[in-house]
Parts: sequence; C-alpha cells; structure tokens
Amino acid sequence: MNDLAFARHVSDRLGYGPRPGDLDDILHAGADRWIAQQLRPQNISLPKDLSARLADLSGLAITPGEALRTYGPQAARDGEGKPDPEKVKALRQEARFIPAQGVEARLVRAVESPRQLEETLVDFWFNHFNVFAAKGLDALWITSYEQEAIRPHVLGNFRDLVGATARHPAMLFYLDNWQNSAPGSAGAKGAFKGLNENYARELMELHTLGVDGGYTQADVIALARILTGWGFGGRGGGGAGGIRPLRDTMHLRERLKPAADAHNAGRFAFTEARHDFADKIFLDHTIKGHGEREGEEALDILAHHPATARHISFKLAQYYLADEPDAATVAAMTETFQKTKGDIRAVLTTLFASAAFRDPAQFGAKFKTPMRYAVSAVRSTGVPFRNFRPLFGVLTQLGQPIYGCLTPDGYKCTEAAWLNADAMTRRITFAVALAAGRLPLGSDPPDRPIAVKRPERMADRMAQRLDAAAAGAPPEPAVNAETLRTTLGDLFSDTTRAAIAETQPELRASLMLGSPEFMRC
Amino acid sequence: MKNLNRHLSRRHVLALGASAGLIGAVSPLRSAWAATSASQKRLVVVFLRGAVDGLNVLVPHGEEAYYLARPTIAVARPGADHGAIDLDGHFGLHPSLAALKPLWDEGSLAFVPASGSPDDTRSHFDAQDYMESGTPGRKVTADGWMNRLLAQLPGDPSPTRGLSFGPTLPRIFAGRESVANIPLGRAAAAQIPLDRPLINAAFDKLYTGQDAMSAAYQEGIAAHKQVMSDLTTEMKEADNGAPSSQGFPEDTQHLAQLIAQTPSIALGFFALGGWDTHVNQGAGEGQLAQRLAPLAEGLTGLVKSLGPAYRDTVIVVISEFGRTAHENGNRGTDHGHGNVMWVMGGPVKGGKIYGDWPGLDKDQLYEGRDLAVTTDFRSVIQTLLTGHMGLTQTQAALVLPGAPAAPSVSALI
Repeated sequence: MNDLAFARHVSDRLGYGPRPGDLDDILHAGADRWIAQQLRPQNISLPKDLSARLADLSGLAITPGEALRTYGPQAARDGEGKPDPEKVKALRQEARFIPAQGVEARLVRAVESPRQLEETLVDFWFNHFNVFAAKGLDALWITSYEQEAIRPHVLGNFRDLVGATARHPAMLFYLDNWQNSAPGSAGAKGAFKGLNENYARELMELHTLGVDGGYTQADVIALARILTGWGFGGRGGGGAGGIRPLRDTMHLRERLKPAADAHNAGRFAFTEARHDFADKIFLDHTIKGHGEREGEEALDILAHHPATARHISFKLAQYYLADEPDAATVAAMTETFQKTKGDIRAVLTTLFASAAFRDPAQFGAKFKTPMRYAVSAVRSTGVPFRNFRPLFGVLTQLGQPIYGCLTPDGYKCTEAAWLNADAMTRRITFAVALAAGRLPLGSDPPDRPIAVKRPERMADRMAQRLDAAAAGAPPEPAVNAETLRTTLGDLFSDTTRAAIAETQPELRASLMLGSPEFMRC
Repeated sequence: MKNLNRHLSRRHVLALGASAGLIGAVSPLRSAWAATSASQKRLVVVFLRGAVDGLNVLVPHGEEAYYLARPTIAVARPGADHGAIDLDGHFGLHPSLAALKPLWDEGSLAFVPASGSPDDTRSHFDAQDYMESGTPGRKVTADGWMNRLLAQLPGDPSPTRGLSFGPTLPRIFAGRESVANIPLGRAAAAQIPLDRPLINAAFDKLYTGQDAMSAAYQEGIAAHKQVMSDLTTEMKEADNGAPSSQGFPEDTQHLAQLIAQTPSIALGFFALGGWDTHVNQGAGEGQLAQRLAPLAEGLTGLVKSLGPAYRDTVIVVISEFGRTAHENGNRGTDHGHGNVMWVMGGPVKGGKIYGDWPGLDKDQLYEGRDLAVTTDFRSVIQTLLTGHMGLTQTQAALVLPGAPAAPSVSALI
C-alpha cells in the first residue's frame, strides 16, 4: 500500500481532508499512529487562536434555561405581565446570535480543529440525532444541544449519548415528547391530554433499533406510555398551564404562566401528574410503572439491543467506509459494540483497523457530502478562515445547511443522495470562486448574525456573489495551484493532470478543486 | 380492509361512472385549452413529505364519526366560520384550499380519498421510499418510478425531459435516465462561471467519461443552458435585487415558464415538507392551514401560468401516508395509513370524488385507528400513465410493477 495514498485516505475519511502540510505530518507520524491520536482527541491540544475564537462565542455556553428566561416568551411580557408584540419581535431578533454562533463554531472547528475525527463525528451524530433550528424553541436550544448532548459523547458510550439526547429539551421539544401525557391522568389537560407517539417511534426507528429492528406498533405505544411526563420545566405545574403547543412564539408567550417553576425552566423535568403509572410490556420486557426511571430502563433495553448494535455499526460504516459497507466489517463492528456495551471508540477502532478500510479500492470511492466537499476545499487552500458565511451559503445552496434538516433522519451521506446535475455545476461554481480568491473568507464577518432559520437568504446572496464573480478585484489572493497540488498529495488521474497542464495557469487551482478526484474522498 | 365488506350498506360508494353533466359552463380557461393543438403530455408530481393530514384536506364533513374523532381539530361543517367548502354534500375542501374550488367546479380537479400504499409501515422514511420506488414492501428497488417512466416515454431523451426542483435529486427520479434538478428561487437564474467558454472548455475535459459524475456534469451544463435561455431577460432583471422570494408559488411559476418555452419537458417534481403535525395542527385555521395556503396558491398559479399547456398536463399531489383518524393528546395527529390523492389537469374528469370510501367508524378503521386504504396509489398513477401519458398496459407495468387494476379510478382520465 502506498503510504501517501493511505495518508490521504485517513485525512479524507476521519477528517475533512488535508490542510497545507497535513499529509506530511501524517506520513511523519505514521497513519496508524495518527488514527490512534484522532481517537483520543482530548490529548490533541487546540491552537490558541481557535480556543480564543470559540471562547468569544458566548452563545455556545448559554444554557437552555438562560436562553428561555432571557429570550423566551416570558421575557417578552410588559410590566403588567401581558405579552408585548414589539418586545417578542425584538427578542427573537436578538436571540438569533445563539444558533448563528452554533453554526459558526461548527464550521470554524471543522476547518481549523486538529481534532478532525471529533468534528466528523459531531457531523455524524448530530445527523443521527437530528433536531431542526426553525422549529419553535429549538432556535434557542439547538446550540446547547450540540455542545451538551452531542459533543461530549461522540467517542464515548452510546448509552450515554442516546440518554443525553433523550433528556435535552431540544429533542424533547423537536419530537414533541414534552407534551406526551397519559390520557386520563391528573395532569392531562388541554393540549397535554394524551399520548404522542412521535419521539417513541423515532427513538426506535432512527436512533436505536432501526426500522427493521423488530418492534411493533404495540411497542411504539408502550414506549410512548413509558415516556409520558418526560419534558422540561418552564411551563407551569402539572402541565396544564404554562407553555402550550405553539404555532409561533407569539402564542407561546400568551400561554406562558409567569414565574411558574422558573428555576427549572428549560431543564429536563419529569411531570409525575402526566405519567402513565400502569405496567407496560415493551419489547418483551415488563416495565413496572414507577415513574421517570421507566424511561431510563427503556433506554437501557434499546441501547443494548442487538438490533441497535447492528444499526449503529452499519451507519458508522456507511459514513466512514462505503455507501454499501462490507458486511463482514459491519459484523465485526457489531460484535465490538455488543462486547463493549456500546463503546463508540472501540467500534471505530475495529472499523479503522479492518481490511476493508485499508483496501485501496476504497480510496477516493465515496462521493463527498456537501459538508465534506466545501470544508475540504476551504481547508486545502489554507486561507485564513475568519468568515464562515460564504461556507454556510454554499452548504445551503448544495442542500445541506447546518441545523437546517427539517426531518429527524438527518442528512444522508451517500452518493445517491448528493450526486446530481445541479450539485456538479454548483460545486464547480464554488471551486472557481474559491480558487480565484473571490470568497471573503479572510475578512471579518459583519456583526449581524446570520438567519439560521432562513438559510435560503444566505444562499441567494451567495448566488449573486458568485454571479458577479467576474467583476472587481478579489478580496483574497488567488490560490497557488502548485501549493494546492502538494497539499492534496497530487491525487489526480492522468486525464486530470493533462487537462490541468493544458489550461492557463490562473485556472489550474479551480480545475483541481472542481476535479472528479476532489469530488470524492 | 376486511371490515369494508361487512359494512357495505354504510359505505359511501363513489364515482362509479362518470357524470358528464358536472362539466357545465365553459370557463375562459377551458376555451383556452381548446385553442391549442395536441402537444407534449406532462405529469407533475407534488410530494407532501411528512404525511399531510388528508382528513383535514378533503374533509368528510358528512360523517359524524369525523367530528367525534377530532373534538378540537376537525374542520367545521360548511357554512360555519372557517368551515369546509362543500364539494359533494359529503366531502369538503379545507378553507385554505378555497382557491382550488373553481377548478373543481369546472371539472379539472378530482380527489381519491382512502388511497395510499398497500404496505402499512408508519415510518415516514420507508413509506416515502416505497411511494417513490413504486414498489411498496420491496426495499431493494434501485430506481424511482418517475425515472422508469422517462424510459417509457416516446421521443428523444433530453436532459430537461424530467425536471426536479431543489438542491438534491429525489428518490422518485433516481435511475438511469437523465434528470435535471433546478435550484429553487433566484439561484436558478444566476450566471455561473461555467457560462464562460474558457472555463467551460477546461472543465469539459475533466468530465468526458461515462461515469455517473461525468453524466451529472453534462446534464447540469445542459440544464443550466436551457434554464438560462428560457428565463426571459425581463424575469432575470425583475429578480435582480428583489427581496428573496422563495417558496412553492415562485417555483411553480418557474416551472410553468420553463414548460412554456421548452416543449420537451414531460415530467416535473416538487417536494414540500412540514406536514408532520403531531402537535397543535389546528382546524380551519392554524398550523396546517398555514401550510396549505401557499400550496393552493402554487397550484392555482401553476394552472394559470400554464395557460393552454394545462390542457395536456396532469398534476398529482401525494403524501406517504395519512394520519390517525382521532386527534392525539396534543391536538395533533400521529402516523396513520390511508390518505387522499389530489389529481388535477385538463385531461382529468374532475369535479368528482373517486374510489371507495371506507368510513370512519371504529370498526371501519384500519387497526381501529387509521383511515383504511381502498385504492392503491399505484392504481391511480397507472391510470394517469395509460390514460394520459399514452403508455400501453405493458409499459405501465414496467413503471409500476404489480399495480392492481382499479375500476373505481379507471374513469379518472
């Protein structure tokens, strides 16, 4: 096996591809040692600049409770406790920095963090446990969700990860479980008066067992009953008052009881009065009706179920190995998952050590997702990355805005999902603009936060920018083609090399970034 | 389904035999159709992802069980505030769809309630997959039925014969035939570097092969050229600097414009999300109502802009499954089974409800909770393929293998 080709492979698959000098570093360390380091990101120190920049993003540290108290419906009441529409609007506008900084941090880390595996895993697990910024309160909570429920667990234990997502208000809100109530219970009133199957179903179908994992509609209902009363504070006692189902924040505000359990606002809360205390039969287990712990018991059953081990192993292999991953490798990962009771680091160790992962036939065989394509392109140029907006814009154009996937299955990672006619012309448009230095990646971004909930605005502005790409002086220096070639480890085929050689020098870097080889990883 | 026969007497039997009398007065629209000669037959599919609540789209207001099942989210009876718009005494339209009523009245809009997939999965993703592959219950089908349909159409393949709107290519169009996807909103009309001959020539050299990426590249260039030449200068200028207007109405407008300029467009596809109303979906007003309004606007806008081309166009609106007949504990609805298909277009014998209505009483519901499926969605599409797109039975069977014959919808076209 060619060392350079393998170095490229691990850089492309574990991370978002090489920055200038990265391939040399991997060759120098040895690819296997580099993989081992990536599996222990806590031992890789972050550059000071990056740490300082992340520390500046105050939105990352805002807890769901603070966000709700400061920008939520309650905060928009006037002196008499009545909703003030102007204030609602102003607060909503003000709160935009929270998801905007979440997006910024994600992209800055993807481009600049030396903990590259950690970053692709955040992408993977966020999609696996997707929530959507434009759904009501999740605009306030999605950034916390990534920082608190996803990031700490990406290489940890699967049970901890699924448990953290299950109890985070962003998930409880997104899949409606916060309203899931036992019919006829003391607290079941108004909009909280009965079962809601949404989260229970997706928890099994998407998060754990997989759609063919052997559960039935009766199991969906049993799990929904088990999870009755799982919600968050800030809506008044017993679930009858306070926050009600909302169409928009205006409604939310009108219905919020002031000062009700404020200390608990935006934190996980179990409402006994809406819980179904009867015993349940769930996946052939009897769950005794005794309250909040039932949910944890169900999560134990799900996290340690063989179908979950298979489902998670398959998805990880599809993300890191191949769209249709080798069955023996998935089986080996599944075995590791079961043996280690869901140790994600161990499962990935099995994957990266597998013969299939090291098979040169796999090198460059996966079509990059928009995220992988755009981030790897920015990384390869080595431009100082100060302004994440053009990157967010192109991700939106390509159909993969951060925090913008409406449905709980998250973005896919396969060629079938992303290779299409429009994608090719748009990627090339981006490649040409980037190579010519026409994207203002090194400028300081404007103070106004981006509208994460309306990413299409950014995409439109982006289209105009690229449209006008021919006029005026570029804001950044053009990318040097020979430096780029070295950074990428000269991955090009003979056809591509010939085409590059025949083309005028100022277009060569564009051709490299828009080449068939660079579309893949 | 087994319950249906036992309740034959209570069953609302619909649409057996066309009633020509419904198409009465000649609307201006109809005279416009008459003025054009035969041209390209077209099929536009609008997929409502997330399972739209069909019982609040086509409201069975004549059924007491509907109101009993939905104490807070039922659409009120016709005549009440925000009540349904009566169609035939039993069914009515959601008030947000009022703009479609003239199409019903002039006989170019029909509905097939209690339609859907024979597979009873309540997973959005599996159900959408089956509806797009056209092979319910079979996961290994690699292509989508609209791509297989392209292969059966007469005439030369062209990159813009099948058009999908949006940044990704949907499963329904996956397959061997080339399909163009058009960006949404203003991005569609933007110049790109590949418009410049020098850059274009350089990249052409990289994508000359027979591989999937080269094919996509070539289709992308061809489609972009087509779109750029079809959009009038006027439209480009109007777009320039205008506030961002993205949405279904703008995109259907765009499709109509493309169709007007490009006779070869045969198939169009849109997907709209946001229908998964587990919570507080509202009745005549509210969340679902707000989603339906732009849908109606987009559909009626498409009809208007198509002008004479509407005569040769059929638009079908589908969704992966219906929602529970009863409202859930949160004034919403959970995943169900049967839904309603909307079929509109010049060739449609509309102003009618097709299919068999199974009813909403407890023992008429599928598994005691969902509207039953009495018409396979494939049977409806198959009728459109043979009756409208000109396919033979054999060809239609290649597009949708195993679709059962459905006499109850055979008069749809």
